Order: sequence, then structure tokens, then C-alpha cells
Amino acid sequence: MRRIYKIQILVSAIICVLLIPAWTPVQAQQKNIILATTTSTQDSGLLDVLLPIFEKKTGYFVKTIAVGSGQAMTMGQKGEADVLLVHSPTAEKKFVAEGYGVNRRLVMHNDYIVVGPAGDPAKIKGTKATTEAFKKIASAGALFLSRGDNSGTHSKEKDVWKASGINPEGQKWYQQTGLGMGQTLNVASEKNGYTLADRGTYLALKKNLQSNILAEGDAILLNIYHVIEVNPAKWPKVNAAGAKAFADFMISKETQEIIKTFGVDKFGSPLFFPDAGKKEEELGK
Amino acid sequence: MDLIFEGILKAFHLLITFDPEVMGITLLSLQVSGTATLISLLIGISTGTGIALAEFPGRRFVVSLINTGMGLPPVVVGLFVTIFLWRSGPLGFLGILYTPTAMILAQAVIATPIVMGITLAAIQALPKNLRLQILALGATRLQMVWILIKEAKLPLLAGVMAGFGGVISEVGASIMVGGNIRGYSRVLTTATVMETSRGNFDIAIALGIILLLLAFLINLILTQIQQRERPR
Amino acid sequence: MNGSPPILEVKDLQVIKAGSLVLDIPALMVEEGEILSLIGPNGAGKTTLLQTLARLTKPSAGEFFFKGQKASPNPSELEYRRRVAMVFQEPLLFDTTVFENVASGLKIRGMQRPEIRKIVAENLEQFGISHLLYRSARKISGGEAQRVALARAFATRPEVLLLDEPFSSLDPPTRESLLADLESILRQTKTTTLMATHDRMEALRLSDRVAVMNQGRILQVGPPAEVMNQPLDEFVASFVGVETILPGRVIKKNGGSFVASIMGHEVEAVGEVELGESVVFCIRPENVTLAVHPSKESSSARNVFPGKIVKIIPLGLYHKVQLHCGFPLVAYVTGHSLENLALTEGQEVVASFKATSIHVVRKKGGRV
Repeated sequence: MRRIYKIQILVSAIICVLLIPAWTPVQAQQKNIILATTTSTQDSGLLDVLLPIFEKKTGYFVKTIAVGSGQAMTMGQKGEADVLLVHSPTAEKKFVAEGYGVNRRLVMHNDYIVVGPAGDPAKIKGTKATTEAFKKIASAGALFLSRGDNSGTHSKEKDVWKASGINPEGQKWYQQTGLGMGQTLNVASEKNGYTLADRGTYLALKKNLQSNILAEGDAILLNIYHVIEVNPAKWPKVNAAGAKAFADFMISKETQEIIKTFGVDKFGSPLFFPDAGKKEEELGK
Repeated sequence: MDLIFEGILKAFHLLITFDPEVMGITLLSLQVSGTATLISLLIGISTGTGIALAEFPGRRFVVSLINTGMGLPPVVVGLFVTIFLWRSGPLGFLGILYTPTAMILAQAVIATPIVMGITLAAIQALPKNLRLQILALGATRLQMVWILIKEAKLPLLAGVMAGFGGVISEVGASIMVGGNIRGYSRVLTTATVMETSRGNFDIAIALGIILLLLAFLINLILTQIQQRERPR
Repeated sequence: MNGSPPILEVKDLQVIKAGSLVLDIPALMVEEGEILSLIGPNGAGKTTLLQTLARLTKPSAGEFFFKGQKASPNPSELEYRRRVAMVFQEPLLFDTTVFENVASGLKIRGMQRPEIRKIVAENLEQFGISHLLYRSARKISGGEAQRVALARAFATRPEVLLLDEPFSSLDPPTRESLLADLESILRQTKTTTLMATHDRMEALRLSDRVAVMNQGRILQVGPPAEVMNQPLDEFVASFVGVETILPGRVIKKNGGSFVASIMGHEVEAVGEVELGESVVFCIRPENVTLAVHPSKESSSARNVFPGKIVKIIPLGLYHKVQLHCGFPLVAYVTGHSLENLALTEGQEVVASFKATSIHVVRKKGGRV
């Protein structure tokens, strides 16, 4: 009978030892930065490269919360994040105008592409203007998958529909997945539909997809990233110093160099184009 | 189907090479869910036993609350815990949002009613006079409670397994309060969701398999304890 | 008996459950070393009384005394419960070995392992279940389980033992064997015992005194023969049964039959007994034949006793005739026979009954 107790004590001891590290002491608040960004930004892998450099250099610990653009900005509005790295210019401008954000600075851009089935039933290949392509898809009644999740991609897509003068809501050929970019691309590939995607995610998944790039290069398809610090005047609790440090880091020369070459070895072309210091209007091919 | 096969291969590969990131994620899963389960045991078994043995007005109401709690949607728990832990929330001063501690908290909230409800039923299922017999043998109230718990060992351990199973596989609350931060608050379930949304199905499946293995191992140990009592 | 105070004394004890009075006992005294049986129908309050005396139930009013000391709510409740043991109708064993079960009371008291082993072995031996030492409690029979429960209680050396119908879930042969063993153990250890039971014969055999309960009250208490022969009211009468109870001692043996001395008279009966043993004869009234002139009605009865009719009670189809022929006796007589024999109170009659019609109860000790 004694043996049973000994075993029980041993097992409990092992469990306790295993569990101690989980009680990580709450780090000093000042050393934490909450960065709200989008899932596509995180999924690109760029932050996995940049953040360790930043953390090593400054000693800050960056908590990257990857959500949709909409949620990221709401977090900023509530003061639950310290700094935002997002790509929804219209919403961002409103964010700053309403006094929630300060120091909105351009960081980089990449672009969106329209992908679709190899057969291209709507015959959009070669169309220069994206709005034209979308009109063709609508009139052909070809299947179009939307992310439908208020993400940056979804906002861009809505902008293009608006610019084409078409309201796809409720139409039979327009389906909203509510999913992330990678999953939506998979669905489009499976169902032979069209979708709007950021180049980075498409390139990463290309080998598993049956979709091809059918439209690209249009200025409207530019996906522009800004870093915005949450306004400490509105929310005294935000880590203003940390936010500034991160933002400064993102537009620093060294970082911009890294952004320039990120993805080349893996995909043959860079995923992002550094733009710090430029004006937004200047961008475009 | 070959996706699943690829996933199995990937899982093997990750495990055999002790891929550090995967090891880290697995260890954190175990730590977070393990701690949460332990907390739920402490609160759940003591309270469940207490209510089972007590009589007070409104008891039935309390019991139905507990039974409802057993089916609490984890994602709803996550939402409420997040709101509490926000900087602007009542517990914001703790500053534990997006930490493993917050995940432990949310998972403990999910697991405790499960353990409590099963303990309640288990103790109530014991023979009515057993409690009196134990007291008649000269036990203090505390000794009596301890002996009753030992007598209900079989269903109680099932409760432990239910509680642990519920939280090791939980993802909604863990993502919300933990933030799925790489190397810090990322666990098997949240990593699986992320890899799936990225389209990396093979990694996602591999993580899923590792999670299943982990859960199986833990339950194997617990089942051993539950079923062991073969006196010579 | 001796000069010491009763081990248990009850004063105006009342227990109210769910608004109704389930126990109402103005007075009860239990002597040290005696065995007191509580008999009565279901719901009579036997269990409530036992549980109250075990301090498992709090009385709503009144009090009781243990060895002269008032048993008040705190602080001595734990101490009290450790000096008094109770066994229920179901064995209520723990899901472990027989050893661990019997040891449980001792472990609760913080006794050390070596000493525990010794005491457990002794008690298992006493109840004849030493061979079950390491058996799982789930794998023993009902009778064995009840022995384990009793051994568990005895291991704690209680000063008072409370038994709530401990044999009622057992089949007759198992019951008989356990009863015999329990009887000798109780007599040997002189443990004060209160036992609730349905079975009159059990009560008769085991106890020094019997208390008849109904609706929370004690209707009559006294030595078994007294309660059974002289029931105070209708209810007690209907509960205790109709036999005449006659205690005696075996003075002669003759093959299968023997003679016992009952209040100085020799009565012959049939059974396996020892010389000098205490026995109790139970005689059913319908087996008693009355005659006015002995020589006229000859029967094969060996037991023939002249006596006098004390009382005649008409009971419808027959009459109950109480008579005294050196010892009290009750006979049933039909109205027809009553007329024929012209029986009246005070009349001299001759009572006879067959030796084979006597139900013999062997009693190891104590009073009857």
C-alpha cells in the first residue's frame, strides 16, 4: 500500500515541476508592446524576421495580435493596442482624423492580384483595369469568393466593386467565406472561382492551388501599409514610448533594407516594397 | 486523403527531430491546460462535494446553474474574460491579457463547472447512509469528506478527464485571451487554427495529430489511476 | 443492578422531521452491558432513536446522558462518536480490501500501522473471516460483508454498539449463523448494545430487554418474557405475538427430548440442548388443551399441569384464556368448548400441551 502513495507523490511532483514555468511572472508593463496587425501581415512571415531584431535591439517584448483590419482598428480605438500596422487607408484616415491615432507613417506596400480558374470563364485575362475585370465577372455570373471578414483584403475588394459601380451583395455567384486569405484561396481553387488575394499569400500557397494570376498591376490593387501609434492623449495607459520605438524601427533604413529583400530567396520576387519617407500618392507602377 | 498521410509523416518528422518550436508549443499546451485543470480540481471537487452534502434553500437552482455551466461555450467564456482583462476593464490593472496566465484563467473558468458538476453527481450517487456510517466510525467532517471523495474515485477521475479534455482541445477562448503569440502564448490548438487559415494543411494536421497523442497519453495515465484498485 | 449510573439515559427526547414528531421519548435508561432490542413496525422511530443516540441526528428537544455526562452539541461530539459505534442494515463497506475496511475506524483515530494490523487480525478472527483478509470488499457474499461491517465496528472497541436491523438483508441460514456468533461476542465482551429488529425471535434470543416502539414512542419496555406475555396494550400485543414465553433451565436430557425446570415445574420438550443450559419455551395458545377433569380427557401430552383460570377474553371466533398453573399460560378455546366445559374465571382446570409443540429458543446468557 505504501508503494501506491509513493507513486502518486512522484507523479504529482513531476506535474508540479512541469507546470512551474507556466506561471510566467507578468512582465513589467513598460517592456510590453501590443501590436495590432492583420492576419495576412502575420502570415507573410515578415514579422517573424523583423520582430526578433527589434526585440533584441530595444529589449521590448512585442505581443503581435493578428486580427482583421477592422478589429485591429477597434482595438486602437479602445486603447487596447499600442501601435497598429495595417493596410486600410480609408479607414486609417478616419481613425487618425477622429483623434485615435498619431504619426501615421508609410512603411511599405505590396499588391493584390485577381486569381481565377485556368479556364477563365469570364475572360478577364489581359484586362488592364481591375474594375473592368470585375464587371466582366459580374456579367458572366462567374463564381467569386470574397473573404467577407472586414479584413484589409475585404475592404480593398469592396472598394473595387464600388469603383466598378456593381453591388455584388446577394448575387448568386458572389460567396463570402468569412475565412482567412489562405483558406479563401483554397476554397476558390477547389470551386474554380475567382478571388482577390494579396500576392504574398498566393505565392506561398501556389503549389497547392489550381488558380492562376489573371489580373495584376493596376494602381487600385496597391496594398499600402502604414504604422500608426495609438494616441496617448486619448489613452494614457498605452505604451507610447514603445509604440514610437516600434514605428521608428519599421521605417528605419536597416529595416527597410530587410523588407526590400524579404521573400526573394523563397519566391523569386520580394513580397513587399519598402516606401518609408515617400508620399502615398506617389506609389504605383 | 494524401493530405492526411502527409500530415502523419510531418507529425512524425516534427516529433522525431524534436522540432524546438513544436516542442515549445506542446509543452505550453500541457502547462496551460494542466494548470487550469489543477485549479478546476481544487475548486470543483471541494465545492461540488460541499454542495452535494449540504441542504439549503435554492439548492436546486444552484445545481442547475452548475449543470448549465458544464456546457458553457468556451468562446463565450473567452469573450467575457477578454472584456474583463482589457486595459479598460475591471481587471485591466493586472495586465495579463495576451499572456499564458490569462489562458489559464479562461480555461479554468471552462473546466471548473465540468469538474464541479460531475463531482456533485458522483457524491450524490453514493449510498445514502455511507456518510453517516463514516461519521459513526468516528471521522471528523474533513475525514468524512476525504473518504467520500475516495469512494467516488471512479466517476471523479472521469470528471478530471472531462475537464482536462475540454480545455486541452479548446481554441476559441485561448486565441482571444492569449493572442496566439509566437513562442509565448501559442499552443497546439491555436497554432493549428493559424496554420489552417494560412493554408498549411499538412502542418495543421501534424499539429492536430500531436495534440491527439498528447491528450491520449495524459488520459492513459489518468485511466490507469482510475482503474487501478485490484487488490490481491 | 450495580450502583453505577445507566450508561445511557434519555430525557424528554424529541426529534421533528419535516414538520412531524418522529421521536418522542420522555424517558429511557440503558444499563451498562445490557442488550436492548427495539422492535416495532417501519416508521416506528427505531432508526431515528439509534441515529440520535449515535449523535448523527440532532434532537429537536430534550437531551440524553452518556455515563452521567450530558451529551451536548459541542465540543465532545467527535469524542462521543469515537466511543459509540453504529452498524446499518447495509454493510456500507468501502471499495477496498477487507483489511482496509476493518482498519478504517482505527486509521481515522490515527493509530499506527503495526497496532492496526494486530487489532484487525483479532477482529477478523472473532467473526470467523480471517481468510478474507486481502479480499476486495466487492467480491464477498452478503453474509461475509455484514461480518466485515460488524468487525469494523468492533475494532474500534465501542462502549456502546448501535445496530440498525443488521440481519434483515440476510437469508435465514446466514442470519442464524451470524446471530449465534454475534451473541457470543456480545456476551463475551459485555458490550452495551441497542439493536433494532423486526424479528421477535431475534429480540427474544439476543436481548436482556425489549422495547416496543410505535409512532415515535416507546409503548413498553422490559424483559422479553414480560413484554411478550403481558403486553400493555392492543398494539404491543399484536406486535409481540401470541406465544407464552417461559424461561427455564435444562435439568434432564433423554435422547432427543429433555426436561427443563420452569419456575420450579418440570416441563418436557424436544430439541438439542446442553445440560444446565438456559432455554426459553414458546408455546402457542392453540396448542394448549384445557380439561376440567384430568382423567376424563386423556391425550398423548406429557405436560399436564393443574391450574386456575385467571381471565377469559372473548376475541370473536375464540376466547383467550389466561391461566396460571405454576407458571402463566395462555390458551385459545372455541366458544363451543367454552360452553361444553363451562369455563369461568377462577375455575380450576388442567392444562396440557405436547412436548413437540414447544418452540425451544436456546439462550446463551442474560436475562429473559
